[in-house]
Amino acid sequence: MNLDIRLPLGILFLIIGGLLAAYGAIHDPLTHHGQHPVVNIDLWWGLAMAVFGLANCALAWRARGKGDPPAP
Amino acid sequence: MPADSPAQALLSLATIDYLIIGVYFAFVIVIGVLLRRRVHGASDFLESGRSLPSWICALGFIGANLGAQEVMGMAASGAKYGFATAHFYWLGAIPAMVFVGVFMMPFYYGSKARSVPEYLKLRFDDKTRTFNALSFAVMTVMSSGISLFALATLLETLVGWPFHLCILVSGAIVLVYITLGGLTSAIYNEVVQFFLIVFGFLPLVLLGLHQVGGWHGLTTRLAEVAQAHGFAAGALYETGRYMTNAKDNPMGVEWFGLAMGLGFVLSFGYWCTDFLVVQRAMAARDLTSARRTPLIAAVPKMVFPFLVILPGMIALALSAMPDSGLIFPIRNGEADYNQVVPLMLDHFLPSGMLGLGLTALMASFMSGMAGNVTAFNTVWTYDLYQGYIKRDGTDAHYLMVGRWTTVFGILLSMGAAYIASSFNNIMDMLQLVFAFVNAPLFATFLLGMFWKRTTGHGAFIGLLAGTLGAAIHHGLTMPAGATSAFKGGWLGTIVHTYPSDMAQNFYAAIVAWTSCFVVTIVVSLLTAKHKTDAELEGLVYGIGKPEPARGPAWLAPGLLGSLILVAVLILNILFW
Repeated sequence: MNLDIRLPLGILFLIIGGLLAAYGAIHDPLTHHGQHPVVNIDLWWGLAMAVFGLANCALAWRARGKGDPPAP
Repeated sequence: MPADSPAQALLSLATIDYLIIGVYFAFVIVIGVLLRRRVHGASDFLESGRSLPSWICALGFIGANLGAQEVMGMAASGAKYGFATAHFYWLGAIPAMVFVGVFMMPFYYGSKARSVPEYLKLRFDDKTRTFNALSFAVMTVMSSGISLFALATLLETLVGWPFHLCILVSGAIVLVYITLGGLTSAIYNEVVQFFLIVFGFLPLVLLGLHQVGGWHGLTTRLAEVAQAHGFAAGALYETGRYMTNAKDNPMGVEWFGLAMGLGFVLSFGYWCTDFLVVQRAMAARDLTSARRTPLIAAVPKMVFPFLVILPGMIALALSAMPDSGLIFPIRNGEADYNQVVPLMLDHFLPSGMLGLGLTALMASFMSGMAGNVTAFNTVWTYDLYQGYIKRDGTDAHYLMVGRWTTVFGILLSMGAAYIASSFNNIMDMLQLVFAFVNAPLFATFLLGMFWKRTTGHGAFIGLLAGTLGAAIHHGLTMPAGATSAFKGGWLGTIVHTYPSDMAQNFYAAIVAWTSCFVVTIVVSLLTAKHKTDAELEGLVYGIGKPEPARGPAWLAPGLLGSLILVAVLILNILFW
C-alpha cells in the first residue's frame, strides 16, 4: 500500500483551482441576482486552491521513496 | 417522494460548474482504480490493513461524520437556535473525542477486535455482540439511504436533475469506488471531501460576513431578531448566558438537559461507540496513531462552528435586512430554515464557485453514504457472516463476501432512500433511533471498560432496558405543537410536554442511558462473573499493562487531550 493521498488530492485541487482561476480571468463573475461579488472570487479562490494543490503535490513528491511513507 | 413535475430549479448551472463536478466524479473513480491494485485480502478491504497514519484517519474521522446532513442541518440550526448550536461541538463532540482517544481507544485497538460488536463479544458474549451488530446494520443502511434520498432531493430542487437518475448515478459511483478500494478508498474520499467542504464553504462565510457588516454587524442584526421574538438581545449569538432557564433561549433547553443529554450521553454515545467513526481510528497503523486520531480530528472540529453554523446565523441576519435580497421561503406558515445552504449558495456564489459549492455538497453526501456502507460491510462480514454463517472461510472468501456486501449494502440503501421518500418524518425517526441505540450502548461500554465485574447478562439486559426506557419515555412525552405519533405520546397519556424536539431528544437519551446503567449494575451483581481476569486482559481498565505511547512527548495522547480541552474551554468562555 503506497499511494500518498497528498498526490491525488493535490492534483484534484490543482485542476479545479486552475479551471476556476482561468474562468475568473476570462469572465467577470456575476451572481445569479446580477450582483458582482466584492472581489473576483473565481479568480482569487481558484488561485488559492491551485496553490494548496501544488503544496500537496510538492509534499508528496518530497516524501517519495522515504522508508516510512506518510500514507499507505 | 418529490413532486412529479418539479418546480423551477433554484440554480442554473454554467458549463464551468458541470466541468468541476465532472472532474470530481472522474477523480473518485480513478482513486478507486488506483487503490484496487493494493487490496490483497479481506483485512486490506475491510480494515485498510491497519496501515494508515493518524492524520489521514483523523480527517476521515471528521469526514465520515461531516455528511451533508450535518452541514445543512447545522446551518439550519444556526438560523433557528443561534450560536448555542455550537454546544454540539464545544460541549459535546470535542470532550467526547478526547475521551475516546485517551481512555477508550487502548481497549478498542489493543483488543485486536475488528469492529465494535466484536469488542462486545470479547468483553461480554455472543448475544450482546449480535444485538449491537444487528441494530448497527439497520442504522447504517437507514442512514445511508437517507443520505442518498437527501442528495437526490437537493439536486432535483436546486438544479432540476431527475430524482431517480440522481439515486442511480450517486449509488453507482459510491459502489464503484468502494468495491474497488474498500475502506481505504472510503477514507481517502473522506479526506478529499473534508478539504472540498472547507474550500466550498469558507467563501460563503467570508462573503456573508462582509455583506452583513462583520461580526459587529451580525450581532447587531441578530439582537434585533432575538428581541422581536421576545428573547434577550444576545440569545442568538451568546452560547451560555441564557441557558439557566429553558424559556430564555430559542433551543428551549436548560443546563441539565444540555450538559447531561447532549454533552454527556448523546455526544459520548455517538463518538465513543458508533462503529462508523471508531472504525476510522481502528484503521490506524499502531495504537498510538489510533489514540491520536480523534485527538487530531478534534483540532479542526473545534473551529467547525464558524464554518457550518455561522452561515445559518448570517442568513438569518440578512433575511432581517430589507435590502439584502435574501428571503427565507415559507413552509407551513414558518420560515424554512432547511434551505439556508441552497439560499446562501444562490445568493453569494457566481458560476464556477457555484460548481465548487455543489461539488462539496455532493462529495459530503456521497462520503456520508460510503462511510455507512463500509461500516456495514465490516459488521456484516465479520460479525454476522463469519460469526454465524461460515466460520472457517479463507481470506479470499471473506474478501469476496466483503465486495458482494458492498453491492448488497448499496442496493439496500437505494431501497431505504425510496422508503425515506414516502415518510416526511424519517429524519426525526432516525434521530430517535440514535437516542434508542447509541445512548444505552454508551452506558454498556462505560461499565464494560471500566468495571470488571460487569457480566454478559448484565450488559445484554441493560441494553434492552435502556432501549425500552427510551421507548417508554417517547410514548409518554411530546414536543410542544407536535401531533404525529412519530413525535411521541403514543402510549395514550402525555406526562410531559417539552419546549422543542431537541429537548425531548436530550431527555430520551438521558432516560435510556440511566436505565441501561442502573439495570446493568444490578443484573451484573446478581449474576455470576463469567470471565477470569486473564480473559479480560486488554479489554478492561486496570487489568494488564497498558502499551506505552510512542513518538514525541508533546504528542502523547494525555497531553494532547488536555491541551484540546483547555482550547475548547477558552472558546466557550469567549463566546459565552
